[in-house]
Amino acid sequence: MPSPNGLPTLLPVGPQGVSVYDKAENDQLKILIADDSDSDRLILKAMVRRQGHEVIEARDGVEAVEHYRKHRPDLVLLDVMMPRMDGMQAAAKIKQLAGEVMVPLIFLTSLSDADALARCLEAGGDDFLSKPYNRVIIEAKIKAFNRMRLMHDTLSRQRDHIQASNQQLLQEQEVARQVFDNVAHAGCLDAPTIRYQVSPMSIFNGDILFASPKPSGGMHVLVGDFTGHGLPAAIGAMPVAEVFYGMTAKGFSGSDILREINHKLKRILPTGMFCCAMLVDADFHRRILRVWNGGLPDAHLIRRTGEREVIPSSHLPLGVLAADRFNGDTLYFRTQEGDTLVMMTDGVLEAVGQDGDMFGEQRLAAALDQADGTAPFERVMTRLRGFMENQAFDDDLTLVTLDMVKEAPLVPLPTQPNRFAATGPQDWNCHYAVQGRTLATFNPVPLMLHICDELPGLRRRSGEVYTILAELYTNALEHGILGLPSEWKDSPDGFARYYREREHRLAGDLEGHQIRFELCHQKTEDGGRLLICCEDSGGGFDHEAISQSQMGNEGYAGRGLSLIRQLCGSVCYSEGGKRAEVVYHWRMS
Amino acid sequence: MNENTHLDMDALSELREVMGEEFNVLLETFINDSAQRINALHSALHSEDADALGKAAHSFKGSSMNIGATQLGHLCLKVETAGRQGDLTGVESVIADITEEFAQVRHLLEAMS
Repeated sequence: MPSPNGLPTLLPVGPQGVSVYDKAENDQLKILIADDSDSDRLILKAMVRRQGHEVIEARDGVEAVEHYRKHRPDLVLLDVMMPRMDGMQAAAKIKQLAGEVMVPLIFLTSLSDADALARCLEAGGDDFLSKPYNRVIIEAKIKAFNRMRLMHDTLSRQRDHIQASNQQLLQEQEVARQVFDNVAHAGCLDAPTIRYQVSPMSIFNGDILFASPKPSGGMHVLVGDFTGHGLPAAIGAMPVAEVFYGMTAKGFSGSDILREINHKLKRILPTGMFCCAMLVDADFHRRILRVWNGGLPDAHLIRRTGEREVIPSSHLPLGVLAADRFNGDTLYFRTQEGDTLVMMTDGVLEAVGQDGDMFGEQRLAAALDQADGTAPFERVMTRLRGFMENQAFDDDLTLVTLDMVKEAPLVPLPTQPNRFAATGPQDWNCHYAVQGRTLATFNPVPLMLHICDELPGLRRRSGEVYTILAELYTNALEHGILGLPSEWKDSPDGFARYYREREHRLAGDLEGHQIRFELCHQKTEDGGRLLICCEDSGGGFDHEAISQSQMGNEGYAGRGLSLIRQLCGSVCYSEGGKRAEVVYHWRMS
Repeated sequence: MNENTHLDMDALSELREVMGEEFNVLLETFINDSAQRINALHSALHSEDADALGKAAHSFKGSSMNIGATQLGHLCLKVETAGRQGDLTGVESVIADITEEFAQVRHLLEAMS
């Protein structure tokens, strides 16, 4: 059967499991006999023919070479001393003609001194047959050399096959890597807040590293390490990249993304294959890090003061648990400008030094704790390089650090071509309400954003629309329904309390509660006007007092409203603070 | 001298089996070739060409052994060795022995065919 990839097929084994050697060993061979002695040639010819082989005769070396060229025999029996060209010269020529094909060459001789025998071997001879000829020995030698010849053929074919396969594998990997790079592009790994070490072919070692800006600012970073190597690991990475980039751009939370990736991997990966991973959701405005670690080595949060907090794995890797048992809860960390989060795959800890030791946690901790003014990334890399004493890094070694900065500028999302800005649904409105327990488990913002994204002109402002929707929703849920006081977030202790209490209250009774969105879009002369109302079933609040006090407030609590005001001009509250209304104008540009 | 010192009869009977109908051709060929080789030995000796003498004796030795003419083969080996060593002292008498031995062998082989 021809192989579909055009590679030479390996030596086949028959249906009964009989190797083709057994058959080929008894095949008729073409054997060249070169001897100037007529009587000796007659005897040898008779013996070889009786074994069922075809004989080609030559009377001297010149004839032997000519016959070899013409008939390409499988085996050559050569007298050493012949007129015109002796056996050794003929042997050298025949070997040269044969090239890579193995032609066993047996010298016929009654030479007895060792020097002469050695010269025969140097000339390319493989063995000797001495006179007087012995039928049994001749038969055994022909069989043995035929076996050797077949083995050599098989090996050559297999070698060619392996070379071709390897070549093809490399080409396939290169193509796969290009496809992968298109799917998993660098994202925003080049952002000034990120430093990383990763092998260019790391995807085939199962390591993944993605970073993507969020529509509302901030970013998601995903570090992962698939079990296994090669294409299987790379294949698993593709859907992870798609989900990560796709959902991040649509405004989904880290937990939602993790849940989706876990679900997808659980479905597509074979048992025993999974992805140790860490997802970081960095919010530079609020200086919050949300971290989920499932199976990767400890992450380290290096405070600008030099203190180090360890963030161990607290979940099973992605692709292990069924969807209903998966827990996408993240840990919250309040950070300061100058804090750095260090993440890695186990390739860092398992890097082997020249004495066979592994780098290990102690060396890593020593590097991280060494306050010498350089960045944690540099400290670890320097120590790693010293430890490995100039050996090449193992390919599956991924190290990445994320610096907390004061205010990361909104990284622009990839935009659509402008000419479509005026197409799509122009005039529409919709109402959508999330009710009861669903409030605790479902975030409607990506869905709302998706509706707005149908309009290309609005899609180009996805980030702004997302920010407005997300802030309105967060205010309605956390302050409106859950009644959490925003002042808590002003102090470090209150901050932790705020998020503890948020979880607690979400787990409580939400019966009868709802958050209702109204979206209404109208075309204007040069763009559009999007009215967004967000109404909650909570107790309301003294919106006039709060909005006054929060004007110009740069604290955590005020962030939301001031952002909305920047984007929409004003927020209009009614019904005792339960209904917020904003108008977002956009222009085609 | 009896038959056994000139010819290895076991080897010959095996050859007869292997060669079948060609056995007589083989004997004829050997006898003709050997006659030529004895001439070659004589002329190499005459021209004192030790190398040619050694080579001719070597070939003769091989075909003699193959046909079962063991004694003839041993005599050829003496000349081959002398030729290779370049010392032709006493070679003349060995060649005379070879001529004599071949005559015996020829007689016996002709009787077999």
